[in-house]
Amino acid sequence: MVLAVLLCSGGAIASLAARQADAQKGTSVDPVPAPPPTSAAQREEIARGRSLFLDACSSCHGDDARGLPGLAPSLHGAGAAAADFYLSTGRMPLANPTDEPTRAEPIYSRDEIDALAAYVASLGVGPPIPRVDPDAGRLNEGLAAFTLHCAGCHQVSARGGIVTGGVAPALQDATPTQIAAAVRVGPFLMPSFNENQISDAELNSIVRYVLSTRHPDDRGGWGIGHIGPIPEGMIAWLLAGTALLLVARLIGERNPV
Amino acid sequence: MSRPPARSPRGELIVVCALLAAGAFSVAFVLLYAFDANTQLLAVSLGLAVGALALAGVVAGKWVVDQRKAVEARPRLVDEALEREVAGTIVQGAEGVSRRRLIVGAAAAAGAGVTAAAVAPLASLGPGDVSAQLKATPWRAGVTLVDDNGDPIGVDQLEVGSWLTAFPRGGDPRQLGASIVVVQVAEEYLDLPPERRDWAPRGIMAFSKICTHAGCAVALFRYPTYEPTSQRPALVCPCHYSTFDVGRSSKVVFGPAGRPLPQLPLRIEPDGTLVAAGDLSGAIGPAWWGVRRS
Repeated sequence: MVLAVLLCSGGAIASLAARQADAQKGTSVDPVPAPPPTSAAQREEIARGRSLFLDACSSCHGDDARGLPGLAPSLHGAGAAAADFYLSTGRMPLANPTDEPTRAEPIYSRDEIDALAAYVASLGVGPPIPRVDPDAGRLNEGLAAFTLHCAGCHQVSARGGIVTGGVAPALQDATPTQIAAAVRVGPFLMPSFNENQISDAELNSIVRYVLSTRHPDDRGGWGIGHIGPIPEGMIAWLLAGTALLLVARLIGERNPV
Repeated sequence: MSRPPARSPRGELIVVCALLAAGAFSVAFVLLYAFDANTQLLAVSLGLAVGALALAGVVAGKWVVDQRKAVEARPRLVDEALEREVAGTIVQGAEGVSRRRLIVGAAAAAGAGVTAAAVAPLASLGPGDVSAQLKATPWRAGVTLVDDNGDPIGVDQLEVGSWLTAFPRGGDPRQLGASIVVVQVAEEYLDLPPERRDWAPRGIMAFSKICTHAGCAVALFRYPTYEPTSQRPALVCPCHYSTFDVGRSSKVVFGPAGRPLPQLPLRIEPDGTLVAAGDLSGAIGPAWWGVRRS
């Protein structure tokens, strides 16, 4: 038994050294096969997910969900978190594989998403759908962690921004589970964060902070869309520009002759 | 031309004072520049100098110079008699200004001061070897990478596609060269020059966090879920979107930055902590940073 464990970990290290070209973000080794389903209900759900997958997803991800070169990545080891995130936010399916996935009305019902997530989870061990409890988080800790890890792209007001090659979305419509899943999965161009970088407790705080940004108390009295310094700067320019015009007018006025 | 021109000795006095003040503020700028390059004070002194100059111009235009208008008769473009009269009026107007030499002298002082203030910063382009200062960093072979709490960073904190900010153990985190960005990329993205092949164990790389364009903190990291339909992994500066391809030793692929981010060679200790294997590969921040600072 001990020998078997040693051999397994040796294999894991060996595969670490020679990583496959299609290594998924967030996975440190090649996908490990998922444990087989334990109940008939599970088997049935996976089968239902598989048939939905073949109908819509397999044209890009391939019949065996190992991806098609140049079109879409393998889903082995992507985990239920990724499937649930992409499908419940309407980011998948994509009309065109080269489009950036953006938030939309989900195409599938909750039931169908659960079945598809169960199917993807059965392909290999990957991140499970995270459990979040925003009420257990601390707002100040959330602000600090969000500033450190997220605000570079999403802005501290969580109104989104851009990175070259993609758009960092606003987080106003995301559910707590979707926010947490995005942190663990790293959708599209977003980096992923594991438990050693952002603990589950810290993640609760981050989600609580993001939820709090939806209704900020605008101490200045004028939120200007909460999208940060750009509208504020434009307002300043318009007001200051008007004042400057008035001053110029006063200076330029001739004395009566 | 009906009213006699308004003569205002007070106006003249204000103009003289404003011009002298402009000269004085300019001299203050030069002195500050020479002895204490505090940017706020530099801006305030130069701003006051230009403001005083503007005040002098406004007051002179409104209350010192004769304000009478002369309108040429329309039918004839040149009426010699009128021309002579206007010329006479102009000469008269200039003669009407008392203390002319004082005003001219003050204007000369202001002009000399402002010119000196405008020219003095050219000294920043001059000699003075600052390369040693620019290249000084707290990084040496064996320095442990720590997070913002001072805890060592282990490889288990990273995975493919993750990133974090790190500092040298025992170093001043506010020092320009101290803050670095650590990223881990899949080895398929690594395309390093031969001399840097062993700088990225397991695809973990570190770069200076200070953008080489304008010195902002490089705060954005992008990592593709599927590269053929998106973009290669890159660090991005939020100020002007300079984009550094990390797999190619942070080659600039977009934006105004002129050179790559300095790279820090890394090594993994037997206990899994990350340590530097040398110093950063080049000067930190924009090329002009810290020039002539004593």
